[in-house]
Amino acid sequence: MIEIRRHHAAFCAEHFLAMFTGQVERAIRRFEMMRPSDRVLLAVSGGKDSLALWDVLLGSGYDVSGLYLGLGIGTYSDRSLAATETFARARGADLITIDLERAHGFDVPTAGRRGSRSTCAVCGLSKRYVFNRAALEGGFDVVATGHNLDDEAATLLGNTLRWQTEAIARQSPVLPPRDGMVKKVKPLHRLSELETAAYAFLRGIDYVVEECPLVAGNTQLRYKEALDAIERSSPGAKAQFYLGYLDRGMALFASQDRAELRPCERCGQPTTGRFCAFCRARAQVLGERLDGPEPGPRAVAEELADEVLPVEIYEGAGR
Amino acid sequence: MKVRLRNPDREVRVDGDRPISVVLDELGIAVDTVLVIRAGELITRDTRVGDGDEVEVRPVISGGAG
Repeated sequence: MIEIRRHHAAFCAEHFLAMFTGQVERAIRRFEMMRPSDRVLLAVSGGKDSLALWDVLLGSGYDVSGLYLGLGIGTYSDRSLAATETFARARGADLITIDLERAHGFDVPTAGRRGSRSTCAVCGLSKRYVFNRAALEGGFDVVATGHNLDDEAATLLGNTLRWQTEAIARQSPVLPPRDGMVKKVKPLHRLSELETAAYAFLRGIDYVVEECPLVAGNTQLRYKEALDAIERSSPGAKAQFYLGYLDRGMALFASQDRAELRPCERCGQPTTGRFCAFCRARAQVLGERLDGPEPGPRAVAEELADEVLPVEIYEGAGR
Repeated sequence: MKVRLRNPDREVRVDGDRPISVVLDELGIAVDTVLVIRAGELITRDTRVGDGDEVEVRPVISGGAG
């Protein structure tokens, strides 16, 4: 039995799995995330969320390939890759792997030590860059990620605490394609961390249970803890906060989505300035010079408006 | 009873013969933040655990980088 307090219900394994799959399908339908004919690139990390989503999408017949990005975080990355490869092999699923160091000359721990951004910031930045670029170059229609309800609620809380209206405006579970950005979708946004973990366990998915060793002090984790504390006394509060935003709040912020994108002068990926944040971070870590000044920390965060993480996460976490 | 905790991986011994929610309370763990696994199956908060039981308490926040 699995007890989900916000549903005021306990499910047997069979009905829980059906409920979970139904929630994913409902999200895909409601937000027109993908069509059966679309080529979907799923960002996979070896964690419960991305592997659970991969499992559901494969089961529903979508044409989905996994993309694993090796971040160079020692044995943690080794275990993550092994879990991802084991999953893909067992299901005959297509898996693309890219090693950040081999492809771009640096790994995440090195970037955290040498650059001005935190490890979490440069990690997130690298993932978004590589996934978008790989999707464009590989002819994929959609990039899917395993962000769950807890992730989205914590991000919304962070953005709201700072009234980052542009980021709030773009916190939709589907971001349409535009100016060199592939369509991005989050089909797990209606499901909690507890639910994705239970799904992965019940489906026998051998995911990485360990927390990333570099995540200590991450601001988003603090927001999650704060929301968990509210959820304990008010079951369902987290879902009301985020899903209520989607139903009633998001439209009110639409006018705040003002970022205009143009190609980065170095790599051609979309950016709001001359050089994209990834090229700037890479140049800084590798000691290279780009023709132009390094923008301030807020400009870096604002450039990533489609990623909807609070400024603090880019600037302070994981150091 | 034996309780396996994760992140970091460790094992503690606590009294059994009571609901798992009481054990979790004693360990300072919020019930909605973990899966509790006994003999390969998930158990709910009101499940009574025995002195001879072995359970894994697995946090639901995990992974995510790579």
